[in-house]
Amino acid sequence: MFDPASHVLRCEMTNMAACSVEELLAKAEQEEAEKLKSISVQKELDLEFDVGNLLACDKNRIESRDFREQRKEDFLRALARDNTQLLINEIWKLPTERIAEVIVAKLPEQTTRLPREKPPPKPRPPTRWEQFAKLKGIQNKKKTNLVWDETAKEWRRRWGYKRANDNTKDWLVEVPETADPNEDQFARRTKAKKERVAKNELNRLKNIARAQKIKTPGVGLLPKAQQSKDELAKAVNVAKTSTASVGRFQDRLPKEKPPKNSGKKRKFEPLIGDFSTEKKKQLELLKLMSSKTPKLDITKAVNTQMRQEDREEAAARRRKGAGGKGRKGSMAGRGKGKGGKGKGGKAGGGGKRRGKPGKH
Amino acid sequence: MRPLTDEETKIMFEKLSKYIGENIKLLVDRPDGTYCFRLHQDRVFYMSEKILKLATNFSRDKLISVGTCFGKFSKTKKFRLHITALDFLAPYAKFKVWVRPGAEQSFLYGNHVLKSGLGRITENTMQYQGVVVYSMADVPLGFGVAAKSTQECRRVDPMSIVVFHQADVGEFIRNEDTLT
Repeated sequence: MFDPASHVLRCEMTNMAACSVEELLAKAEQEEAEKLKSISVQKELDLEFDVGNLLACDKNRIESRDFREQRKEDFLRALARDNTQLLINEIWKLPTERIAEVIVAKLPEQTTRLPREKPPPKPRPPTRWEQFAKLKGIQNKKKTNLVWDETAKEWRRRWGYKRANDNTKDWLVEVPETADPNEDQFARRTKAKKERVAKNELNRLKNIARAQKIKTPGVGLLPKAQQSKDELAKAVNVAKTSTASVGRFQDRLPKEKPPKNSGKKRKFEPLIGDFSTEKKKQLELLKLMSSKTPKLDITKAVNTQMRQEDREEAAARRRKGAGGKGRKGSMAGRGKGKGGKGKGGKAGGGGKRRGKPGKH
Repeated sequence: MRPLTDEETKIMFEKLSKYIGENIKLLVDRPDGTYCFRLHQDRVFYMSEKILKLATNFSRDKLISVGTCFGKFSKTKKFRLHITALDFLAPYAKFKVWVRPGAEQSFLYGNHVLKSGLGRITENTMQYQGVVVYSMADVPLGFGVAAKSTQECRRVDPMSIVVFHQADVGEFIRNEDTLT
């Protein structure tokens, strides 16, 4: 029964199978290795790192032959991969810690200075005084901040709160000979001081406005020799709204047009505001809209009326048709019934009456 | 992008109510999240709050569409419904018109629906009532305005117009570049 030839053949087959398995394994291993390229990368010149910025500079010469011979994409990808690997190796050298399951490296200070994103701010344009001073060649003299106050016998600020030699704090003021003797000289000084402050503030605002090239703050209508039509219209509007009720009860001339450009500005709700109030408002509007629709819908009512008429008509026609079919019987029956009712009723009544005594 | 003013909301709701009646309430007050109407370049968009917040990252001139476009305000401040609103109008439609398979294509090319193409119509439809047009297989095709009431429809001759065309799904191809 034993067949040596077939046995040899089977052995060879198993041998071949083993061989191919080994080959396959080796191949797979190689592929795996290629996929996971080693983390050590050889370079002629070391890269320059600025780990703070996550920056690596590769100063190695690029072989233009490689670049040309290989496919460009592949070459660039390989280069990028190697350099990134080096950068990541560098990051791994830094002290790391584990924060919430994530390994975090502390980056050092960056060494490469990056240019700023925005251009540097422009210098402030000179104020009116600075322009004038430059024109006249006036130079700032540095003054000390503190001055000696004779009356208080101490050093005090030259300007501002609790300043030295404050003339509004004098306990006695001499009335000048030319002045009105009833005038309050203390009040005069404080008023003068307040006016100076106000003037200074106005100048400051004017300087800002000039620097930003916008209109200087308006001071209302200034008197003029000749006013244009627009200016007159503006003056009228200002006068009209200058009442205790802000012009609410001001009469209008017949055919007078409402003032232009004095209406309120369009104002919209914020894009992302309160969604619940928005919804509530819309639902209220819907309620209002549904309440306004008439309860009796005329078209609908007319339609139903028309349909009812149609139905009645059809019913009548059907009745008529039915009557035509069974004409004899029905007519005869109806006639009989009618006759019987009408006549019989009357006659019966009489007959009953008549018959009653007969029965008895 | 901005919320609609009260006036704009009213105009839009009046137009929508022609098609879905008081069912607008279901669009405004949804159980599955906060949805809102927003105006952008004269167009009204219906979107969820979440999408709206994402959309704020885009500048006005770069933003073409958010959520679903319901329609747009004309220069004379009338509201025109767009076909993109069909998905939200069809489920809530109060008055419907079914179109015969033969007339389907004609409607999808932007023509009015004739009596001959009319398959079915909701009872009690009034004249000039907004209707949603369906194919006989109950696929929403667009919307229109009833030119005749249901009663009159029975009497008119087959070549007279029954539903005025307003918008149809064919616009997705015809007006591809302007539809948002």
